[in-house]
Amino acid sequence: MSPNTPETNSPTPAQPASVQSEPVLELRRVNTHYGAVHILKDVDLDIYSGELVCLLGGNASGKSTTLRTILGMVKPTTGDVKVNGQVVTHQSTRDRVAMGVTMVPENRRLFKRLTVRENLDLGAYLRSDSDQIASDMERVFDLFPRVKERLNQKSGTLSGGEQQMVAIGRALMANPRVLLMDEPSMGLAPALVQQNFELIQQIHEAGMTVFMVEQNANMALSIADRGWVLQTGRVVLDDTAENLLAHPDLQASYLGTAEQ
Amino acid sequence: MQLTTKQRTKVDWFLTILRVIALVVICAGFAAFVAQMIDSQNPFARWANPDAINLTGEQFQGLVVTGLAQGAMYGLIALGYSMVYGVLGFINFAHGEVFMVGAMTGAVTSSKLAEAGYWESSFVLCLVLVVVLSMVVCTVTAVLMERVAYRPLRGKPRLIPLITSIGVSFFLQNSVLALLGSTVKSYPDLPDWLTDKRTFLEIQGSKILVVVVAALAMAGLWYLVEKTKTGKAMRAVAEDAEIASLMGIDVNRIIVKTFAVGGAMAGVAGILWGLLFRSVIHTTGFLPGIKAFSSAVVGGIGNLGGSMAGGLTIGVAESLGPLMILEPLGVSGPSQLRDAVAFAVLIIVLLVRPSGIFGERLPPEERT
Repeated sequence: MSPNTPETNSPTPAQPASVQSEPVLELRRVNTHYGAVHILKDVDLDIYSGELVCLLGGNASGKSTTLRTILGMVKPTTGDVKVNGQVVTHQSTRDRVAMGVTMVPENRRLFKRLTVRENLDLGAYLRSDSDQIASDMERVFDLFPRVKERLNQKSGTLSGGEQQMVAIGRALMANPRVLLMDEPSMGLAPALVQQNFELIQQIHEAGMTVFMVEQNANMALSIADRGWVLQTGRVVLDDTAENLLAHPDLQASYLGTAEQ
Repeated sequence: MQLTTKQRTKVDWFLTILRVIALVVICAGFAAFVAQMIDSQNPFARWANPDAINLTGEQFQGLVVTGLAQGAMYGLIALGYSMVYGVLGFINFAHGEVFMVGAMTGAVTSSKLAEAGYWESSFVLCLVLVVVLSMVVCTVTAVLMERVAYRPLRGKPRLIPLITSIGVSFFLQNSVLALLGSTVKSYPDLPDWLTDKRTFLEIQGSKILVVVVAALAMAGLWYLVEKTKTGKAMRAVAEDAEIASLMGIDVNRIIVKTFAVGGAMAGVAGILWGLLFRSVIHTTGFLPGIKAFSSAVVGGIGNLGGSMAGGLTIGVAESLGPLMILEPLGVSGPSQLRDAVAFAVLIIVLLVRPSGIFGERLPPEERT
C-alpha cells in the first residue's frame, strides 16, 4: 500500500523482473459446484500487479462465488487458484490472507462494537512486524485523515462514508498484494457510491492492485483498466474497460438476454 | 401505518399488570421493613407481620457481605455462559457442572494437603495451588467438552447444541459420581484469621477473600478481553465470525480459547464455593449454575461487565430479599425462599428490561 511501489512493504523482497510478468492472482479453468448446482464454469481470470480490474455481472451470475473461491471459502471442483504463481487451491483462507489476498466485504461489515483502532489492528492480525504495522497505519491516516480523528470511537457510530474508509483501511492494514472489493456500490446512497469509487481510485493510484466485483457496470468501468463480464457462471466478455463500455452486448448480457 | 403505531395487545396489558404486581409487592415489603426498623410497634408493621424481628445493623452488614461474596461467585460462573453465548450463540448448560468439577478438584486436593499438614502451615500457598489446579482441570474439561460435544454440531440449529449441553451436564455429573462417589466432600477447616469476624470491619475474612479473588479474576479477564490480541479476536468472532476469518483469525482456535477462559473462571468460582460453603457433592453445580445463568441474563447476556453486575445483583437480592421484603410481609420461613427470590429477580428484570441491565437492544433484523 505504499505509493507506487506496492512490493516494498511486503515481508518477502520485491520480485525479480523475470517473475513480474506473473499474475498476482490467477484463476485457471475453475469449476465450482454447490451440491449438484454448477456455479462457475471454466472461469479464467488473471490480475497483474498494479492493475485495477473489475468483474461484472448481474444477480446470480457467480460473482460472489468467484470471490469465495479466490479466498478459499468455497473449494473448486476442478481448476486452480494461484497467488503469485503459487497454487493455493487447497490452502485455507488464513493462509491466503497471509499470502496477501484481502477482501473488503460487501456492506463494509466492520466490527461495529469495536473501536476504529481495533478494527484496523484486526486487519493486521496475521502480521507481527509492529514497526511496519505502525507505518502502514500512518499511511492509512494519510489516505483517510478522517479515520485518524475517529480512532477511538466505536466503528458502529461512524457515518456510512467513514465506515467505508475504515473498511478499506482495515483491508490495507493486511498489507495485501491484491485487494478484493465485493460490490463497493451495494447498499449505499448515490453520493456515497461516488465517494467510494473515488476512494478505490485513490488507493489504486497509490499503487494497490484492486480486483473489484460490481453490478454497476458503468461506474466500475469508468475507473477500471480491464474487466470481465460473468453470466450464469461463464465469462462471456473479456476486454479493456473502454471496449467493454462501447460493447453492444454489455447491457444485454446484464439483462441476461445475450446469447451464449 | 398500522404497523408503525404500537398497538397495545392483551399480552402487553398482562405484562403491565405483572410489572405492577411485582412493584407493589417489593414496595409494600420494603415499606413494612422500613416501618419496622423505625418502630417495631407501629401499626403498619404490626399489621404486615406481628412477629417480625428487628434486623440489627450488624446483621444487615453481614447479609450484604454474604450477598456480595456469593454474587461475585455467580458472576464468575456467569462469565462462562456469557462468553460462549457471545461467540457461539447458544447457552452451554453444562457450564455449571464445570464449576462443580472445580469445586470437587479443590475439595480433593485441599483435603490431601490438609492430611499432609501443609494446609495449616502455609495456607496462602496451598490456596494458590488449589486455585491453579482447579483452573487447569476446569479448562481441560471445558476444552474437551467443546471438542467432543459441540464442535461436531457447529453450524447446526442452535437448539441442537443446547440440548447436547444438557446431556453433557448429566455426563459430567455422573462421571464425578462414578469417580468420587456420592458422599459429601468437605474442605478442611480454614485458618482462624479467615473465620474470625474481627479481621476487618467485623466482616468474616473468608468473604473478603472471596470478593478479592473474584475481583482479581475479573480484572485478569478484562485485561485479556480488552487489551490483548486474542481478546480482540474473541470480540471480533463474537460479532461476525465470517469477517473475522477474512482477517486471518482462526475461528476454531478462538472458540477453544473462549471455552478455556470460561472454564478457568468456573474453576476459580469452584474454589470460592469451597471457601464459602466448605462442602461439595456431585449435584452442587446445578443451582449455582442456573443462578449464574440468570445473572448473565439479568446483566445482559454477551456483556462481560453485565455478567458481574448481574451476579452481584442476584447475590445481594437473594441475601437481603427474604428478610427485607418477605419477612416484613409475614411470609413464614423467608430464608428458605432465597432461591425463589433469586429467580424472582430474573423474572422482574426480564419483565422490565428484556435485554438485561447492560444488554443491547438489537434491531429486529440482527436478532436471530
